[in-house]
Amino acid sequence: MDLQSLYQAIILDHYRDPHHAGLREPYEAEVHHVNPTCGDEVTLRVHLVDGTVSDISYDAEGCSISQASTSVLAELLIGKPVDEAMTVHETFVELMQGRGQVEPDEDVLEDGVAFAGVAKFPARVKCALLGWMAWKDATAQAVVDARG
Amino acid sequence: MTGVSLQAPAARVDIDIEKIRADFPILDRVMAGGHPLVYLDSANTSQKPRQVIDAMTTHYEQFNANVGRAVHQLGDASTAAYERARVKVADFIGAADPAEVIFTKNASEALNLVANTLAWGSGDYAVRAGDQVVITEMEHHSNIVPWQLLTERTGATLRWFGITDEGRLDLSQIDSLINERTKVVSVVWVSNMLGTVNPVAEIARRAHEVGALVVVDASQAVPQLPVDVASLGADLVAFTGHKMVGPTGIGALWGRTEVLNALPPFLGGGSMIETVAMAGSTWAPLPAKFEAGTPPIAEAIGLGAAVDYLSAIGMDRVAAHEQAITAYALERLGDIDGLTILGPSEPVDRGGAISFEIAGVHPHDVSQVLDSLGVAVRAGHHCAKPAHRRFGVQSSTRASFYVYTTTADVDALVDGLDQAKRFFQVG
Repeated sequence: MDLQSLYQAIILDHYRDPHHAGLREPYEAEVHHVNPTCGDEVTLRVHLVDGTVSDISYDAEGCSISQASTSVLAELLIGKPVDEAMTVHETFVELMQGRGQVEPDEDVLEDGVAFAGVAKFPARVKCALLGWMAWKDATAQAVVDARG
Repeated sequence: MTGVSLQAPAARVDIDIEKIRADFPILDRVMAGGHPLVYLDSANTSQKPRQVIDAMTTHYEQFNANVGRAVHQLGDASTAAYERARVKVADFIGAADPAEVIFTKNASEALNLVANTLAWGSGDYAVRAGDQVVITEMEHHSNIVPWQLLTERTGATLRWFGITDEGRLDLSQIDSLINERTKVVSVVWVSNMLGTVNPVAEIARRAHEVGALVVVDASQAVPQLPVDVASLGADLVAFTGHKMVGPTGIGALWGRTEVLNALPPFLGGGSMIETVAMAGSTWAPLPAKFEAGTPPIAEAIGLGAAVDYLSAIGMDRVAAHEQAITAYALERLGDIDGLTILGPSEPVDRGGAISFEIAGVHPHDVSQVLDSLGVAVRAGHHCAKPAHRRFGVQSSTRASFYVYTTTADVDALVDGLDQAKRFFQVG
């Protein structure tokens, strides 16, 4: 089993130095997601301004994969219009659920392509998706609230 | 290597591990990367010897029929084999009467059977508003959630023993915690996370002083220790087959006849009735009263073969080996910088599950590196989230042993942990 394909240097870098970590104000929605099988947890806040992801802040506890993927998520999606961010989200989920058969699109996913190897480890896919599912949930809530 | 030789613990363990290992086909597996399997996840589920696999195959190939109803040769043979398995299990745990052994699908179902029928019952054992149920903070979720459901539904109160820093039960408040309002005390005998062996007899004595029912989760105890339910002091004991070299899908609830007779049925259906009329039904005597529907027949027969297997080795030897290998592992793990053991660090009143943390490396990542070397451990909360929270951690890595575990397996674990630390540049 190839550990290097799972633990790409980019993943370990984000794990050791997570970007945009910590919970910040202001925010429109906050969610708390857990991985019930292993106990990994993330509290994640989304701040939207005029249909753009202005901030993603989070407090996460978990393995290198879940920590790094949340860091990459924030790095990738902050500053993007919500529609575009949702497209990136879909691309990432598709990659993760592709059992290693999906060719990652570096133009869309940037550092996220490092997680291509994770898709070959079924037990770790949920780790990689924890922060991403939390973001989608929080963003959906924030959008609904914004529409009143 | 033959046997386990160690400096200190117990007496010399006269157990032929190579002979035992040869009975477990899966231990010959070569994992990805050409690494031989090092299976250290037996507290999760144990591996199965050829004898158990063969017993189940033979049943399906030669004797398969439903039990307790078919008037043909196969039905007779199947029924006899199923009931013989019950007798074997009863003998194995020292039950006075095989009818006191109820087959369930696992320990969780056994515990849920008890917690539900206590809510539904009308006699002395019924749990009502204002009553108290006492558990412990080191329970597996299967001995927490059923009692939460019971107390929420009845208006009773759930209370629990805490855990000391060493991972033992804090019994300092036992006399106030277990009081005249206590109706049920349900405790784990051997912790699946901390490894702690709890003083069940002492707790049972206090519980019986106040007239409370004593339930024991023996899921990790029956596989590891010689068990005699008659002298344990418990009223009801739950355990599961798959952790004691038996198949999945079969567990057991032992209960004192008087208690089981006083509880109402759990699941209704075929086999559990005496007679059924549209206006109402009456129940079969024990054990059928609690075994509605077609039971896991081949699984029960497999469990019978598992009990035969363990008995042939001798549970005193199984226990001595478990203690010796645990002592060896505690010593080797204790030498690793940055490694913290959650639970007793001395091999005294301690079972063969060792949960630990490595500073700077998450348990998932530890187990991933170990898996890449063929070493199978468990990472996560091991269905004991409250016990993890007690120690301020979210998850841990757990190595657990059984009758086929060698010191070489433990050495492979220690080498793997060293690699995990290097991979993540820790220490």
